[in-house]
Amino acid sequence: MIRLFLRDLKLAIRSGGGFGLGLAFFLIVTVLVPFGVGPESGRLAAIAPGILWLGALLACLLSLDRIFALDYEDGSLDLLATAPIPLEGVAAVKAAAHWVTTGLPLTLAAPALGVLLNLPGPAYGWLVVSLAVGTPALSVIGAFGAALTVGLKRGGLLLSLLVLPLYVPTLIFGAETVRRGAEGLDVTTPLLLMAGITLGAVALLPFAAAQALRINLR
Amino acid sequence: MSLVVENLSCARGGIPVLERVCFALNPGEVLVLRGPNGAGKTTLLRTVAGLQPPLAGTVEAEPESVAYAAHADGLKATLTVAENLEFWAGIFGTSGIDAALTAFDLEALVDRHAQNLSAGQKRRLGLARLLVTGRPVWALDEPTVSLDVASVGLFGAALKGHLAQGGSALIATHIDLGVEARVLDVTEFRATPEAGGGAFDEAFA
Repeated sequence: MIRLFLRDLKLAIRSGGGFGLGLAFFLIVTVLVPFGVGPESGRLAAIAPGILWLGALLACLLSLDRIFALDYEDGSLDLLATAPIPLEGVAAVKAAAHWVTTGLPLTLAAPALGVLLNLPGPAYGWLVVSLAVGTPALSVIGAFGAALTVGLKRGGLLLSLLVLPLYVPTLIFGAETVRRGAEGLDVTTPLLLMAGITLGAVALLPFAAAQALRINLR
Repeated sequence: MSLVVENLSCARGGIPVLERVCFALNPGEVLVLRGPNGAGKTTLLRTVAGLQPPLAGTVEAEPESVAYAAHADGLKATLTVAENLEFWAGIFGTSGIDAALTAFDLEALVDRHAQNLSAGQKRRLGLARLLVTGRPVWALDEPTVSLDVASVGLFGAALKGHLAQGGSALIATHIDLGVEARVLDVTEFRATPEAGGGAFDEAFA
């Protein structure tokens, strides 16, 4: 399973792997929003938590269909399904690799991009914490969606439609954590709720994803 | 270590293609599947490999004994020949890819990226993967597509070596591999349309 994880990281970093795609998208969104909304710093500061979380979420969405589709097309998924590692493990490892190549860079880049949106000072720490806690859920939910749509040609649209409603709770609690952090309020409740969503998704969805893969491979 | 298939019915896309397939494959044996396009050779191989459940009947084999290889080789274009092979060796828990490289004459290509291989070289790499799986039963779907005569010879030699070690193989192919093999014509097991009633539901059950 470690092998699969390392292979996915290697593939993502090599040319055409899609590493940086989400990061570039996140950068574009946060750079363009001030142009669209106007340079008034008070207004930017008010919408910054929501925009940063939304940008990170959409950046995550961008690379979801690569999780299984590439392996399906070149036949690796058939071979992995007959390999000695369980498909549940394959789904979990591929979601983890997706998080390391998209969620983690987004989390690390977010404070730098928060400056562009005039994010208030106390919120930076909570921005990093909330993204670190919330983005694993985005990757695992996305892996489940990708598993459901793996056999479909151009399944990206269906994947987005399936996954976006499931992303809403994470978005609400993630942005709420940052907003409360910015205003100096207590962030415990939204942060714990988001952590609960992440833990539940990580615990359950690899099994659902593996079952969806089995059906799609028939 | 033998593979026993009894009364197996299998479907593709919800439509039954084969029914009441029976055969046994003992160590050291090769069974060649014959039949026209669409007869169900691939479906039978996928069912035997455990990629899809049978509609009826049983496939009895040691757990994790079947290595499957189909038209797609499962190669990653941006990994080198050695990296591709080492990955599969790691996944199947074996070590040492040198024997597999030698068997399919790939030593000169170890550091080449898979995207720069010719179709025949890719196929040879895909077949070399079978050797690193260390599994006794090979289920192969048209293994010699895009191979030249010399490479078919390499494959034949690898297959003989596999049989000599007590392995067996179930191969859908139309050419002579140079090994003694029994032939199973799948057209005899073609599913009758009447038997298809209710199969649609079963496929989604």
